Amino acid sequence: MTIFLQLLVNGIVVGMVYALAALGFVLIYKASRVINFAQGYFLALGAFGALAIAQVTHLPFALAVVLSLAGSALLGLLVERVLLRPMIGEPVIAVIMVTIGLAAVLRGGIVLVWGAGNFGFPQLLPEAPLTIGPLIVSPVHLGALGISLAMLAAFAFFFRNTTLGVAMRAVADDQQAAQSLGVSVRRIFAVSWAIAAVVAAVAGVVVGSINGLNADALSFIGLKVFPAVILGGLDSVPGAVVGGVAIGVLENLAGGYLDPLVGGGTKEVAPFVVLVLVLMLRPYGLFGTVEIERV
Amino acid sequence: MFSDCGDFKTRYEQETAVFPNDVGRLALGIFIVVWFLAVPAVAGPHLLTIANLTGIAVIGATGLNLLTGYTGQVTIGHGAFMGVGAYATAILAARAHLPFWAAIPLAGLITAGVGAFFGIPSLRLKGLYLAIATLAAQFILEYVFLHWDWLTRGTSGFPVPTARLGRWAVVGERPFFWVIGVSVVLITWLNLNLLRTRVGRAFVAIRDNDRAASAIGIPLFRYKLLAFFLSAFMVGVAGALYAYYLGVVVPGKFTLDLSIDYLAMGIVGGLGTALGPFYGAIVITVLPEGLRAASQSLSNVFPNIATALNALREVIFGVVIILFLLFEPDGLADRWRVARAYFKLWPFTY
Repeated sequence: MTIFLQLLVNGIVVGMVYALAALGFVLIYKASRVINFAQGYFLALGAFGALAIAQVTHLPFALAVVLSLAGSALLGLLVERVLLRPMIGEPVIAVIMVTIGLAAVLRGGIVLVWGAGNFGFPQLLPEAPLTIGPLIVSPVHLGALGISLAMLAAFAFFFRNTTLGVAMRAVADDQQAAQSLGVSVRRIFAVSWAIAAVVAAVAGVVVGSINGLNADALSFIGLKVFPAVILGGLDSVPGAVVGGVAIGVLENLAGGYLDPLVGGGTKEVAPFVVLVLVLMLRPYGLFGTVEIERV
Repeated sequence: MFSDCGDFKTRYEQETAVFPNDVGRLALGIFIVVWFLAVPAVAGPHLLTIANLTGIAVIGATGLNLLTGYTGQVTIGHGAFMGVGAYATAILAARAHLPFWAAIPLAGLITAGVGAFFGIPSLRLKGLYLAIATLAAQFILEYVFLHWDWLTRGTSGFPVPTARLGRWAVVGERPFFWVIGVSVVLITWLNLNLLRTRVGRAFVAIRDNDRAASAIGIPLFRYKLLAFFLSAFMVGVAGALYAYYLGVVVPGKFTLDLSIDYLAMGIVGGLGTALGPFYGAIVITVLPEGLRAASQSLSNVFPNIATALNALREVIFGVVIILFLLFEPDGLADRWRVARAYFKLWPFTY
């Protein structure tokens, strides 16, 4: 039972990170129907950017993170303007490939600048683990959980109570109707890319402070996003959160219980098995819009 | 004998003909003979290596082009399908002791079966969703390659016995040049003729508008599965040749990066064109080789440049894909068509 609870807690913490990455992914998909294969590299770039700024300018780490987030927002805007806007109306494969090409550029760029090694953030929280009942939780995990929850709450507020948030929901719902009411769809596309990049960068910093920085490990989270968003529903923001946490819990449970039986690797593959099952049984996921096609 | 300066086709057979006149047929025949006889005699081992890798890539890209270019089903799992072909070959050759001319097509058929299985989601999914399903196929197959040791021998790799034809052992670059070359010709011939049949026209109809295709009586699911089957067969053959060529099959060769390489070949060459896979395979195979050669010659001057150039290769790869998508979305095949049209009409270019 303790093992189960421990796996569950670890899963929720990891799942929160997936939820953040998935949130940005869903924002882009909802607004512009683009699947972003470079999401993982937005995570990596946010984390590496914070590290670089902290090292070069000797600013306090929190300030470096804020600057890195601002840089991510600019990158998101740039990517939308230069790469995605010419792709409007192009076939699916062109849209997918342009984000894959972007991923290759970002990966190469990160290795060019930082090299392929492992890095670490300065330690902010005490390392000694806390004991809560039978569970052992490190303060970094708790901090990660806190930051993720705060981000999600901020988003809930943003979509409910701000003009921009409501405009984004309107565009996701019906582009033409939103445009006729004076919402600039072009601006909303740009904003959703900026927000997605910022959220991804936050997730990157969170993962970086838990596991350290490694370009491949950080970017792989960008692929774990796919099971999360399909499970939750590709165009559902709450779905992204639920799906992210569910996938995080699932892969930790699979890793804990199945790995000893079949000998390793289940943690990586279990989310994708779930992905195939969901696609076969309920392609629109738990909370996604059901698209009915009639000839 | 020469091409008409205009469209004078009066019969359907003229539309479906692969060569509009005998000049093209003759030229291709001469080209193939010269290619098979002259290149191995002239080229050094390094050039032959590039030619062989390109040939394998042409076969794989032809398979991807059939599925993504002609049938319109995006796939991000062809790297893993190629791995299925390679492992099937290794198992058939090492455990069942099949000769290579039997193992290669059989491995292709096994891959085709696996491909059709992962094509089942296309019953309900299309576009982005199907692409994500094939991405899942990629990861599930990678898991199988890596962790089902009893089948694939995992990370230690699966050695493949030497291919033999009678007493002739296919070892070294030159024999492989002929084996791969013949395979390229066969697969291309199969592909071109398939596209002229009822099946090929059905594929194109599904790509252009699936609902209209369904309305004129094309059973969508059956033809989509068939497209997955045939496409995976070709990629499986490519994987089988790759297995014999490398001599050992390791899981690290068939990752997501390979799938992306194949997609890039499709984009750069031109999806839905007969010659696109050739152009795409040449560019995507020669580009890293060229950069590797550059990094080797430069590493004497700057010792640390190898890592940097590896990363730079990645950047250039991404930039090439993005530039093609932005400025030449129909690929090199379209560029070639435009260039040909220019010279055909010269000096009257209007």
